[in-house]
Amino acid sequence: MTIQTSLGRRGFVVGGATVAGGFSLGFSFPHATAQAAEVQEVNAWVVIKPDDTVVIRIARSEMGQGTLTGLAQLVAEELECDWSKVTTEYPTPGENVRRNRVWKNFSTGGSRGIRESHQYVREGGAAAREMLIAAAAAEWKVPASECSAANSVVKHGSGKTATYGHLAAAAAKLEPPKEVKLKDPKDWKVIGQPLKRLDTRDKLTGAMIYGIDYKMPGMLNAAVKACPVNGGKLKTFDAAKVEKMPGVKKVVSVDGNTVAVIADTWWNAKTALEKLPVEWDVGKSGNVQQDDITALLKEGLTAKEAFVGNKAGDVDAAIAGAAKKVEATYAFPYQHHVTMEPLNATVLYTADKCEVWCGTQNGEAALAAAAEAAELPVAKCDVYKLMLGGGFGRRGRADYVRQAVLIAKQMPGTPVKTLWSREEDMLHGLYHPTTMCKLTAGLDAQGNIVGLRVRISGQSILASLAPQSLQNGMDPATFQGFMPSGPEAAYGYNIPNLLIDHAMRNPHLTAGFWRGVNVNQNAVYMECFMDEVAEAAGVDPLEYRLKYLKPKYAAVLKAACDKAGYGKPLPAGHFHGISQVMGYGSYVAGVSEVSVSPDGVLKIHKITAATDPGYTVNPAQIERQIAGSFVYGLSAALYGEITVKDGVVEQTNFDSYNVMRMDEMPEVDCALVPSGGFWGGVGEPTIAVAAPATLNAIYKATGKRVRELPLMHQELKKGA
Amino acid sequence: MAVLNVNGKSLQANADPRTPLLWVLRETLGLTGTKYGCGIAQCGACTVHIDGVATRSCQVPLSSVSSGKKIVTIEGLAQDGKLTKIQQAWLDNDTPQCGYCQSGMIMAATALLAAKPNPTDADIDAAMTNICRCGTYKQVREAIHAAAKA
Ligand code: FES
Ligand code: FES
Repeated sequence: MTIQTSLGRRGFVVGGATVAGGFSLGFSFPHATAQAAEVQEVNAWVVIKPDDTVVIRIARSEMGQGTLTGLAQLVAEELECDWSKVTTEYPTPGENVRRNRVWKNFSTGGSRGIRESHQYVREGGAAAREMLIAAAAAEWKVPASECSAANSVVKHGSGKTATYGHLAAAAAKLEPPKEVKLKDPKDWKVIGQPLKRLDTRDKLTGAMIYGIDYKMPGMLNAAVKACPVNGGKLKTFDAAKVEKMPGVKKVVSVDGNTVAVIADTWWNAKTALEKLPVEWDVGKSGNVQQDDITALLKEGLTAKEAFVGNKAGDVDAAIAGAAKKVEATYAFPYQHHVTMEPLNATVLYTADKCEVWCGTQNGEAALAAAAEAAELPVAKCDVYKLMLGGGFGRRGRADYVRQAVLIAKQMPGTPVKTLWSREEDMLHGLYHPTTMCKLTAGLDAQGNIVGLRVRISGQSILASLAPQSLQNGMDPATFQGFMPSGPEAAYGYNIPNLLIDHAMRNPHLTAGFWRGVNVNQNAVYMECFMDEVAEAAGVDPLEYRLKYLKPKYAAVLKAACDKAGYGKPLPAGHFHGISQVMGYGSYVAGVSEVSVSPDGVLKIHKITAATDPGYTVNPAQIERQIAGSFVYGLSAALYGEITVKDGVVEQTNFDSYNVMRMDEMPEVDCALVPSGGFWGGVGEPTIAVAAPATLNAIYKATGKRVRELPLMHQELKKGA
Repeated sequence: MAVLNVNGKSLQANADPRTPLLWVLRETLGLTGTKYGCGIAQCGACTVHIDGVATRSCQVPLSSVSSGKKIVTIEGLAQDGKLTKIQQAWLDNDTPQCGYCQSGMIMAATALLAAKPNPTDADIDAAMTNICRCGTYKQVREAIHAAAKA
């Protein structure tokens, strides 16, 4: 398949002549005459070419999770088209603006790609199908009700047939149906199938164009260095020292806190940047040490004031009157996304136009950032989305787009690609927030939980990225996995007296949405503590959880345990740990099988997941997301840690920020247990069960409760 | 002006002799299939073959390869649009996610299978030290075994 982008789409968008007729569902739009002849838009979602090729428009970004293929399946299901003829393309955010947001939300994060757009993309496919049927009925002068569609062909009872390619031009001129009826899930033929991804081949030959690969005639390259202390400023730099270096065109200041060298090649730009004398005004955060951050969070654990996220009954009274008290404090560090492809964007700026080519999780946010930085109306800007070499939440924010525009603006008329080095990426991340958590449970004489108090202390993502979205100062996302109700990330245990609150403590690093977000550490806190409480009650952790878990949570945990053979004999020295959570609308559970050698070497042999995402759109891709989620979650559990010295992030590259490799990869197994009736996400939730299941297994193997991550700092040796 | 032998072609590269091969390939020769991930030999995204040996091109200065060494990049594997059996196994197994690390993975696996046509899991662990942030390790391993059998 091709993701049609860049110049091809550009021609499509800016092409002059308008073709008469309401093409899309109620909207017409400018259309290049030449392309109109060959490319027939039935509606906003579906273009059918005379050779029967079906081009499905995808508004969300593909960044590895298979969203593009899954969304195409949803449209194709209702369209009744031949899957082997399906290709996809991205509309641009600018087209979306011009067409009154016909493609709705472009944002791709929070595992929302499918679960938030399934309804309207299926309706788009169904409407196109009805229009194709109506076109055939009109041509044959028969009632549409006597016609049916399947496999890109419309048939009439008389035996007449017509292909979609033949009908598309006529269908495009018809009024779209006012209402469409979606198929009953039991009739699905494309949804639910383990279909191959549509975007694989070019990833095997070097042909796929990621943002970093994009080239334009006459393009220059910028290397950047921002003040190493977040919030600091650029004081001075001595451009004369590097201006004569090979390839260097210009040295520019950006936004008062960054310096950029623009050169013919990025390598020349980077080489010169390293030689550039720069002075920074690091500001007041320049003396922040890791210990200060730890102390700040510790103070929050017992602070009086806190935002209440979940409350039931009278927890203080319940715990005060309990026969037994269990208490533990956990800590979770800052972590980094480290997308494989470092951040970049290519920008062509002129006085009346600004165009951006980049990988982004949020095309519309990138467009808004570009327009703002360019000081041009949105209508004079556009963003052409390229493949992302990983997003994980990092490419949801358009800081790098804004920066690239500010640089290109200083070279009007010349395309400039701004690329961050890996070192720059490590220093200027949107870090997974650091928090601590103190949990106190009161048990009655029979070991039942009578009260549970959970105090989270630490950083809020919204306070960093979108303070306007705080609710009376509170960041509701902090409680992901702990929420009292809702379809998103609700707490699974029925506990009579409960208080979960958050003392917000915001250090100077910028926190961001990091794949799995706050479900990750909240699952560590709750699920590891649940094992501690079960032990205090003298009950097996599975049995104990099942006493308190709501039905869907319990079912998925049981499914994971069944699949893993929990409770059955394991090889000598192997131990199982379990965990469960609800996140991103899906119920997930994990069982980790580990051994720890007498000298403390941990091996994760196997990890088993169960997932109930309601409906499964593509089970093969869900399995890949589960395996990938375990890599992401276990990498963080084993190694993920960002620390600060003198206000600066200490980790610089993969040598100081390690991630899991092939030799550490456990066997992965999974049970998909879709219970139907809802649409949950699959790109993230499984991450959250990786660490707690593994930590609980480590306890069984060693008797050691690990309450602080990453594991690389923990001595697991016997007796240590 | 250095003359390089890349994918069987003799190409001229006008760049400082200290420039890493990775950037000569990407920026001077326009072969962007070879990726930048770390620049310090940690991630393997930049893996190419130099005289058949899987090599991290971010650590190879132009000066050391301009003497007729045979460089093969990801673009040089498929011939006339026909995938190698390793690429085919990758395709059949739906291996990539974002795909950014996969050029390096495939180059490393190609060198591994040339040296050991039937690698064990331990051989794979030892040879495949490339980083994949999307977490395709399971599918990469499966694809290598499948390619070995093909
Ligand atoms: S870029 Fe060469 S090993 Fe990472
Ligand atoms: S497939 Fe995305 S980094 Fe490997």
